[in-house]
Amino acid sequence: MTESSDGAAAAAPRRTPLTSVHSELGATLTNFAGWLMPLRYRSETAEHTAVRTAAGIFDLSHMGELAVSGPDAAAALDYALTGQPSAIQPGRARYTMICARDGGVLDDLIVYRLGDAEFLVVANAANTAVVVAALTERVGGHDAQVSDRTDDYALIAVQGPRAAAILAGLTSTDLSTVRYYASCPAQLAGRQVLLARTGYTGEDGFEIFAAPEDAGHLWASISAAGAGQGLIPAGLAARATLRLEAGMPLYGKGLSREVPPYDAGLGRAVRLDKPGDFVGRAALALRAAAAPERQLIGLIGQSRRVPRHGYDVLWDGAPCGSVTSGAPSPTLGAPIAMAYVRPDAAEQAADPAGGQLAVDVRGQAEPARLVELPFYRRADGAARRS
Amino acid sequence: MSVPGELYYTPEHEWVAINGSLASVGITDYAQRALGDVVFVSAPAAGARVTSGEPCGEVESTKSVSDLYSPVDGEVTEVNPEIEDDPGLVNSDPYGAGWLFKVQLDDASGELPPGLLSAPEYTALTKEESES
Repeated sequence: MTESSDGAAAAAPRRTPLTSVHSELGATLTNFAGWLMPLRYRSETAEHTAVRTAAGIFDLSHMGELAVSGPDAAAALDYALTGQPSAIQPGRARYTMICARDGGVLDDLIVYRLGDAEFLVVANAANTAVVVAALTERVGGHDAQVSDRTDDYALIAVQGPRAAAILAGLTSTDLSTVRYYASCPAQLAGRQVLLARTGYTGEDGFEIFAAPEDAGHLWASISAAGAGQGLIPAGLAARATLRLEAGMPLYGKGLSREVPPYDAGLGRAVRLDKPGDFVGRAALALRAAAAPERQLIGLIGQSRRVPRHGYDVLWDGAPCGSVTSGAPSPTLGAPIAMAYVRPDAAEQAADPAGGQLAVDVRGQAEPARLVELPFYRRADGAARRS
Repeated sequence: MSVPGELYYTPEHEWVAINGSLASVGITDYAQRALGDVVFVSAPAAGARVTSGEPCGEVESTKSVSDLYSPVDGEVTEVNPEIEDDPGLVNSDPYGAGWLFKVQLDDASGELPPGLLSAPEYTALTKEESES
């Protein structure tokens, strides 16, 4: 048996404030974007299911945190990003993107507005350096500063239907007042944190930005508070399948410099209607008006063989696109995948009388059914990025 | 990590138990840990010919898919019927209930098929892989 996964190994990956905790818990650690991160603790399927039915606790300290502050911070971010951070109310957050001049996506981001002149931008670990460089350049000329604060924050996520109940026992903040895509300073288990109701799993949940020296105490306190409610630690493998079920693209797997946001179904994150210029506007306006080259679709495999990143999608036997991300879905009990296909193939496949979509799984065409994204939507409301 | 002394191993992380002219085959504890949760195993069907070192099936896990190689030459006599419904047996009991298939060896002489590793040799190999 030979493994064909993409477990890259490089010298001396960075450790988070919680790496030793993961080791003590028996986690399988992996080098992810230059960080030594927990891939799984025991069973990633059990971790996935815990997040869907109870709660999971994640270490996301590899994510990049960039502080942007100053009198012109809002205007600077309006120029630097595709969204309109100046329109975010203090205490709220938005999903947005940073694009190159040609409209390609440099990274997708969450922007938290902490105050009138203070923003926290959260970037993917693999792109943090690129985002720091681009933001610094774009903010230049405005009365605002960008600083990479990644080392100043531990980031712990608590996700799942019981997340709020578990955290409620550790804070005097009334969590019902913290709306989805909102954040507030809070005391949690006796430590000062920024508590945000955000996440990337398709469930209700929180992301906790804390001082690195408080991370161990917070992890232990949350784990103890959640132990009786089904909370378990969850690693990157579970995070990947949770994200995929929620239909959220992952940078590097469908989102890239080569793909404009519209093709990825993320046109709503580009605010062509905002006042003033922004980096990438001209190219993105052209893209918005043009017919897309590709369409992002959801596929459910009809066999048990799993469509994976890079596999060809077939329409009536001929290639019409490729899989960006695929995995066996613990919730659906079947293989699922997101894929880019030619718009005409997507259109024809949506017609039940049309031809047959399939995925070339290592030389054999495995039939797949076109479905609307996301694959999973939580029952109690809109688990979507605002 | 468990490497039972009475079994033989391949560099591709299969184990083989030889009992007379019958061989039982599965994947190792090291392999199941590296793969993560196994969700589907495509093993060769009973009656199929398998050849040492040749792919004869695949193991799907959450994260990846891997070829399954036959450690021996022969004819498949039996496929573990439990794996279809409960592929997680490969994770929970890789050397026991998680066995994959059995092979009637072509060479019934009782000689050890060539190319297999002893438990100490396999342990050394996995140490090298973990450290590389």
